[in-house]
Amino acid sequence: MKPDAEDYGHLPPGLPWLEALRTEGRRRFAGLGLPTPREEAWRFTNLGALDRLPWRTAPPDPVTVIPPDFLPSVVPAGEAPGPRLVFVNGTWRPDLSTPGPLPHGVVLTGLGSALSDHPAVVEAHLGRLAAVDGHALIALNTGLLASGALLVLPAGAVLERPVELVMIGAGSGADRPLAWHPRLLVVAGAGSRATLVEHHLSLGGDPACVNLVAELFLGAGARFAHYKVQRENPASFHLATVTGRLERDAGYEGFLLTTGGRLSRNEIRLVLDGPGATARLNGAYLVRGRQHCDTTTLIDHAHPRGTSRQMFKGVLDGEARGVFQGQVLVRPGAQQTDGHQLHRALLLSDHAQIDAKPELEIHADDVKCSHGATVGDLDEDALFYLRARGIDRDRARSLLVAAFINEAIAEITNPTVAAAFESLADGWLTTG
Amino acid sequence: MPLLEIHNLHASIQGREILRGIDLSIDAGQVHSIMGPNGSGKSTLSYILAGREGYTVTEGSVTFNGQDLLALAPEERAAAGVFLAFQYPVEIPGVSNATFLKTALNGVRRRRGEKELDAMEFLKLTRARCRQLGMTDEMLKRAVNVGFSGGEKKRNEVLQMALLDPRLAVLDETDSGLDIDALRIVADGVNALRGPDRAMLVITHYQRLLSYIVPDRVHVLAHGRIQRSGGKELALELEARGYAEFGIDEAA
Repeated sequence: MKPDAEDYGHLPPGLPWLEALRTEGRRRFAGLGLPTPREEAWRFTNLGALDRLPWRTAPPDPVTVIPPDFLPSVVPAGEAPGPRLVFVNGTWRPDLSTPGPLPHGVVLTGLGSALSDHPAVVEAHLGRLAAVDGHALIALNTGLLASGALLVLPAGAVLERPVELVMIGAGSGADRPLAWHPRLLVVAGAGSRATLVEHHLSLGGDPACVNLVAELFLGAGARFAHYKVQRENPASFHLATVTGRLERDAGYEGFLLTTGGRLSRNEIRLVLDGPGATARLNGAYLVRGRQHCDTTTLIDHAHPRGTSRQMFKGVLDGEARGVFQGQVLVRPGAQQTDGHQLHRALLLSDHAQIDAKPELEIHADDVKCSHGATVGDLDEDALFYLRARGIDRDRARSLLVAAFINEAIAEITNPTVAAAFESLADGWLTTG
Repeated sequence: MPLLEIHNLHASIQGREILRGIDLSIDAGQVHSIMGPNGSGKSTLSYILAGREGYTVTEGSVTFNGQDLLALAPEERAAAGVFLAFQYPVEIPGVSNATFLKTALNGVRRRRGEKELDAMEFLKLTRARCRQLGMTDEMLKRAVNVGFSGGEKKRNEVLQMALLDPRLAVLDETDSGLDIDALRIVADGVNALRGPDRAMLVITHYQRLLSYIVPDRVHVLAHGRIQRSGGKELALELEARGYAEFGIDEAA
């Protein structure tokens, strides 16, 4: 992938700090290039197929028509949705978005407007967690940064309804597929509470490449729930690097549901940067055909009394390939850390493949840490029991797969989101 | 014509012959019992009737209601009216008992050309059956057999039997792991399902269950063959004398 940088028309001009940051991002990326399997962190995921396509950085797209009923929401039909920002081919679309109503002081807007209306908060946070040095995808995102979203929660602010971000790849009709590099900035003040849901999907079958970077700043005691569903078409590439910093007693709850994409990688890097912080990071992926799904996590326990919980479950059919790399780092002094990680994969086909690499790195002596990884196929006894009761083979299999996946989805504490994700997983099962 | 006719059935698992020529025929309305020591092939016979994979029938036939039973998939056998009450009902985390029962019932009804039940009709039918078996609604909400006591699991089997309304019920060691009260509840549930159109095959090691579910015929299975058949008094005789006359010394 070459940073062509032909178009910055999305963002307001005249911000030297931003220009300098982007220049630095491009310079770094030119030196790094796309990661290759020679790097340990990319051993199991090869971006060669992505690199061979003639990507074009997506120009501003204020016009592509999106049918209103195509816009997803976790809120059931009939109930009024909460705030929702819609992006099409990387461009924020105020005409499709409903950013309010919001409590006083809360900011939710596209990155372009944020730079015009709230430049100080953007400048104070952009690039502070997602550093361009040494990380090619962050460098590339920074170098070609043109769109994204900003959510600012003042201290104590509480958002009752989930904020939804909808990112749609809708093709271009041109010869070259489109790539875009959105940035998500969340600045959650002390004691604030909010839920964010990301939807990533495609309208049509054109390949696209999303290279998203998120920076999440969670102040002392903030509670932030961050749920994501990626169900893009099987021609598309989805790369996401999420960086988060949790201050004292902050709590992060993440869930990644992946059913889409030709190749996806979610890399989540959370630093528990104050005592008593809690990170819950869970997910489920269901892939088939020749899909490749990579989940890479790093939980960095930097202070005492931190808690982390991870449960990931994968279902792989066809020739799909899954990768799970989970690293838990306990720094010296991070005593009474409590970290658990579990990855379980279900292989429905002899040709599906999973590479799991759990990694505990512990530099403190008073900690409770564990990890587990299992790979298996469906329980033959259970399958026979269901069939002996008159349930046909395919239905019996999908019941058992749903049960397997729902154990992860049950970790979602927001019942509306849990129900929506469960039905998305069911949808995958019924569209064999 | 008998409802179930087993003729010269030979079967093996991983090359080892377990059944060595079983002949058995059961008429509708009858309850037969197969008694036998451990390892005699009782459970193998029940699994072969239900269609479990892993067994190879090397010789013989099983005809159920005029059909070649061995040619049917397990779900087709269930719809045709064969029901196996498992010795060890399987726990299925993440699938609620209600979902399981409704999917099973409607799967069988669809294959039988009957109308599927909606959620309300299903609940009404199931609650009535549950009450007869002393089961609570809460047991419908829990995952299939997960956290159920031995007695609850067996009651759940009888509940499934009552809902699926089979022509032939095979009860594999239904008494194992039950105390006397649980045994009585399960046996009452089974007896309530006896009828002129239905046959039952009660597989058991001990005579105890047959005091509650009184059979019309008793067969002794040992070394993969029916060694002896008789009336219900044969069970009492076996209880008194053990399986020694069939070359089995269980005390050893």
